[in-house]
Amino acid sequence: MSNANTYEQLTAIMRDVFDDDDIVARADMTAEDVDSWDSLANVRLFVALEQGLGVRFSSAEMSGLKNVGELAALIDKKRGG
Amino acid sequence: MGYRLTAMPWLPPAPGDFRPRLKAARAEPEGFLRAAQGLARHALDLNAQHSLSRAVDDWLASTAGQAAVSLRVAILGNGTTDLLRSALQATLLRHGLVGSVWVPPFGQVAQQVLDPASDLNRSDSHFVLLALDHRGLPLQPCPGEAAQAVAVVEAALAQVRDLAQGVARQGATPIVQTLPAVPDTLFGHLDRSVPGTQAALIDAFNQALRRDFASWGCLLLDVAALAERVGLDDWHDPVQWAHGKFPLAMEAVPLYADHIARLIAAARGKARKCLVLDLDNTVWGGVIGDDGLGGILLGQGSAVGEAHLAVQRAALQLRERGIVLAVSSKNDDAVARGPFREHPEMLLKEEHIAVFQANWLDKASNLRAIAQTLNIGVDALVLLDDNPAERAQVRQELPEVGVPELPEDPAYFTRNLLAAGYFESTGFTAEDRERAEQYRSNAMRAALEGSTSNVAEYLDSLAMVATFSRFDAVGRARITQLINKTNQFNLTTRRYTEAQVQAVEDDAAGLGLQIRLADRFGDNGMISVIVCRAEGDDWFIDTWLMSCRVLNRKVEQATLNELCAQARQRGLRRLVGEYIASGRNGMVAEHYARLGFTPLERGEASSRWVLELAGHAPAPVPMQIEWR
Repeated sequence: MSNANTYEQLTAIMRDVFDDDDIVARADMTAEDVDSWDSLANVRLFVALEQGLGVRFSSAEMSGLKNVGELAALIDKKRGG
Repeated sequence: MGYRLTAMPWLPPAPGDFRPRLKAARAEPEGFLRAAQGLARHALDLNAQHSLSRAVDDWLASTAGQAAVSLRVAILGNGTTDLLRSALQATLLRHGLVGSVWVPPFGQVAQQVLDPASDLNRSDSHFVLLALDHRGLPLQPCPGEAAQAVAVVEAALAQVRDLAQGVARQGATPIVQTLPAVPDTLFGHLDRSVPGTQAALIDAFNQALRRDFASWGCLLLDVAALAERVGLDDWHDPVQWAHGKFPLAMEAVPLYADHIARLIAAARGKARKCLVLDLDNTVWGGVIGDDGLGGILLGQGSAVGEAHLAVQRAALQLRERGIVLAVSSKNDDAVARGPFREHPEMLLKEEHIAVFQANWLDKASNLRAIAQTLNIGVDALVLLDDNPAERAQVRQELPEVGVPELPEDPAYFTRNLLAAGYFESTGFTAEDRERAEQYRSNAMRAALEGSTSNVAEYLDSLAMVATFSRFDAVGRARITQLINKTNQFNLTTRRYTEAQVQAVEDDAAGLGLQIRLADRFGDNGMISVIVCRAEGDDWFIDTWLMSCRVLNRKVEQATLNELCAQARQRGLRRLVGEYIASGRNGMVAEHYARLGFTPLERGEASSRWVLELAGHAPAPVPMQIEWR
């Protein structure tokens, strides 16, 4: 449902955050699929999303998402898309 | 509109091709350090710092990395310090340091310090940052209870002191920090007036820490002052504290890391020594060659003129605390000097400028010439220049020069220059205040040297007086400063804390010697430090260092004469000297050979030398010797 542009932006940010240029954001991707996606990287991910996309996340949102698809949908909702 | 300190606007923004450049650097271990330093000199966010730090980790594990690493830093905090670890490891490169940063598992502070077998105590760290905030100390609020408030602060202070002294016992330099105030208040405007509130306790603790840290042998990181500048509501992020016990907002972590790195760099003698000023549109508004004396903007109630006057005021204040001023300007010399001589609003005068370079050469060449004249490294220079093209040329040619970015509006020049922290200092001595004048006298001596036909005649004409004293309480701070700052004329580069320097005062069998030098151009202050330790019938020269300002003045020879006399009085047989290559002290590799010592062992990295006192006669020296 989320637009392709959001996934492109997520891909770019995730490459910076996880220090891995081969990452491509997909809806069914989870932390399990990325070697360096630990809890600290997760924090950096949300900081980068907030800075890069101009959205804010609550404490509950940062720990409650199941996969990248939910994240993309939440971003789109916050951006009114 | 506003000034975002956390964005570190004095640094150029991160390059768009950061990741490909980092990848290329990783592929070439030989050139890695230079490339990584180049990247680190930009404003990097947490993710870029993380990637750079991972690359540094891998490189440090390589042969080239293991040979280059010269610094180990540990961070002990009551919050999560892992992100700070990578941020600091990347930031050290920006400050000319090659080091690794270590953090223990979450929440371990006292265990790591107090257990002799802990990972910290086996890590052989050089610096240990005690990153404690109000949540990591027993600062229970007791509003209205004045006596209890005093006891609470004393207990918290004692806890930090014990930790710091535990760190120092293991041979590391402890760094303690003040506590950022908290934004949440109970009493509103009375909060800091009622004793025992959280705010009042933090204030009292900080005041006591600023008073005591030096006597504990610590460095002070004034985090409270930094958090104040950022703004307490921006510094403290309750979401991140709740989420992962992150002690400060993520946006502020790169800035915090930069402040830690600049403090360590200063302790390692890497603070800058000289501010080089561009003239047109930096020191005054307009172009003197086009606008003329009457046309440049300076003071006179013009907003632009006031902003440039503020730059001059800041430069003079830096000079008063020991920073040398120089000028590098693309101008004809006489035209450039005009305002210094004739403009009534100029605060800067020619006598404040140690080296004045106004010509049509490129800036990098002029900066090299300035460093050479002052006998300091190019990495001790900062260039303040409004012209982005000049800044880019210097960054390209001489990346080790500090070159702050400047915004369009000159009203921000001073803030950007000072916020960059180039001139960080770990202490302030009477000598510092005299330093700028001493460098200027040196430039005058250089002029005299040019006009005298031979060296001996020149040295005689200086009318030098060298004053020797044993280490004492008065000299202690300056001795410690020299021991930690001197890189070039330093035989062994052993760094000692003030407490260790004090211990030498009490070493009756050894000798701690401080030497001052005056001449007809002025007092150079303390310029040399020696530490000898008794080893049987020998004195082992543990430390011999000298300020490069007095090179080629026969001070070494005079010092050896006095050392021999002292050693003979004690019935000793030999002096044993050592040279340890540090990468920066090549100029003294043959120091002992020049003084007539014979080699005991000679290696690439170090050598040992010996002088039999029996066969040694003092050499004549062109100075008067006094003992005090």
